[in-house]
Amino acid sequence: MAANNVYAQGRDPNEIPADSTVKPDFDPKTWDMPLSLALSQQLTTGRTLCELAEQGRDDIVVCTADLGRPTQVQDFAERYPDRFFNFGIAERNMISAAAGLATTGTLPFISNYAFFLALMGCENIRNDICYTDLPVRMVGTHSGIAMGFYGTSHHSCEDIGVLRTIPNLTLMAPCDGTAIRSLIRSTIDHPHPLYFRAGRGREKQVYDQPFEARIGGSNVLRDGGDTTIFAVGIEVAFALDAAEQLSRDHGIEAAVVDCYSIRPLDTETVLARAGRHGHVFTAEEHNVTGGFASAVAETLALNGMATRLHPIGMPDAYSVLGPPTHLYQHYGLDGAGIAERVAQVLKNA
Amino acid sequence: MSRDVRNVDKSILAEKAKMIRRDVVEQTDVCGSGHYGSAFSIAEILAVLYYQLMHVRPDAPTWEDRDRFTMGKGHAAIALYPVLADLGFFDRSWLDNYTRLNSPLGDHPDMRKVPGADFSSGSIGHNLSVSVGMALGAKRNGSPARAICLMGDGEMTEGQVWEAAVSAPNFGLDNLVGIVDINKAGSDGYTADIMDTRPLADKWQAFGWRVIPLADGHDLDQVSNALNDALNRPDGRPTVVLADTVAGKGVSFMEGYWQWHLGFLGPKDKERALAEIEKGLN
Repeated sequence: MAANNVYAQGRDPNEIPADSTVKPDFDPKTWDMPLSLALSQQLTTGRTLCELAEQGRDDIVVCTADLGRPTQVQDFAERYPDRFFNFGIAERNMISAAAGLATTGTLPFISNYAFFLALMGCENIRNDICYTDLPVRMVGTHSGIAMGFYGTSHHSCEDIGVLRTIPNLTLMAPCDGTAIRSLIRSTIDHPHPLYFRAGRGREKQVYDQPFEARIGGSNVLRDGGDTTIFAVGIEVAFALDAAEQLSRDHGIEAAVVDCYSIRPLDTETVLARAGRHGHVFTAEEHNVTGGFASAVAETLALNGMATRLHPIGMPDAYSVLGPPTHLYQHYGLDGAGIAERVAQVLKNA
Repeated sequence: MSRDVRNVDKSILAEKAKMIRRDVVEQTDVCGSGHYGSAFSIAEILAVLYYQLMHVRPDAPTWEDRDRFTMGKGHAAIALYPVLADLGFFDRSWLDNYTRLNSPLGDHPDMRKVPGADFSSGSIGHNLSVSVGMALGAKRNGSPARAICLMGDGEMTEGQVWEAAVSAPNFGLDNLVGIVDINKAGSDGYTADIMDTRPLADKWQAFGWRVIPLADGHDLDQVSNALNDALNRPDGRPTVVLADTVAGKGVSFMEGYWQWHLGFLGPKDKERALAEIEKGLN
């Protein structure tokens, strides 16, 4: 988030992308699109797919709808142009065509903004990819309110709710670039549809090394005896910040679990953790209705857990406008916001 | 990419078209309602495709070099099932249980349940896009497979069709063939009254497709020539065959009536219809 300030800090010529028109002698505040996109370092889809292609995965093809650059698959497009299909701004055609491609022995990766993929394309995903149970990979980037002031049309706070009710579909949420890479690689041979709910690529890095991901798995990133925060996506980093603050300022020890597999959920871990506490928390950049909180709530209720769940996320309303960092603060989704909520609940418990 | 054409006598194709219509009537009798109009209008097209032009292997339904047939107008799958059964993709007895509890054969085709069905459908407007993907995949694999998508004229109002139409020439898909079954009947009335999409030839041409008009979609010589041109004489562009057909063709009291888009024949009228079907088209 604070990474935006690199603009003001002067430029290292080595960090200017080759296709940028901005040179080191430009005003440090000047930027063009390639320079802006270079900030989305955590979107590792293209790099990961290049690696896999180099390692002999000839079946991988990439589809996008005029968003190959912002979703960072342009490197794949340049390296493997005969395996890259840009459909223009025609998402439904792209999704259905990816399904058709999958019937011919290819492994299509769709890389697109989440709101145009999961929300606009929901019916195509359901009928052409999931009903047919085809091995198509969808990487929906810029989920939640990461697009900030671009407004509601560019926000995606309903996609978890929509996608987790579609049979045959596995829904995973990588929280940073290493997680994207780990999730893609770990599930590469899964013979069914998969959706990766990714952020804008400017998230704080959580993982310093790749991990073996499991469909239905999670990672306990921090232990703590007082409560557990189950987090997805960008909220994982914020939850870790919150745990730090809670320990420092309130003497509260909160565990943090990265629930990178939203559907299926790691119910074993959720139940084991919830069983230790009277209160647990979920954190997601999504409407608290129908999304990750609901998935955890179902798990608790269906298993007779008396633990009280406190969902942290977007209220059941469209976001106000603002820069993303301001929005995370406004909605209490950043580290300070989560810490405040947790402290308040536990102190009144 | 052109492929061999089987030398099939026209009388055999006519018999297959009769079989399709007969089985549509019988399956609808099991179900209690059916798309007679939409199924009868494509009987000759299906007969020519499957018995003369397409390369498929009933003993290996997922053979990777098979020609792919998808149905944008999936509600006419009732006409496809008799063909697949007759070719040996599955047992003809499946037809007797059409749409009954747990039957693989529903009103719309399901690729996971019906051997020989190349894709699932039911949501109109999707399958030309799917076929674009299939044609892209075939090209990438160096396969001789062609992707054929049968659409309805009512389907021409779906925006996604035109997204697909824009993309196919861009991708150079000369192995893609669209067929528009212009039977002029929709669910609410005549397609031209509901939402007129004419002139279709101009539209497809403007989108960069080769257009082959088929003046009478029930004349076997014309159907055969048009589809053979489309499949076996590619000119670098995707091809669309605009087939002028008659909804309900083959049963006089249904012909040309949108009212038989969906319906049911009582026992007496079923016998009348079957008798007319047995006589065949003139």
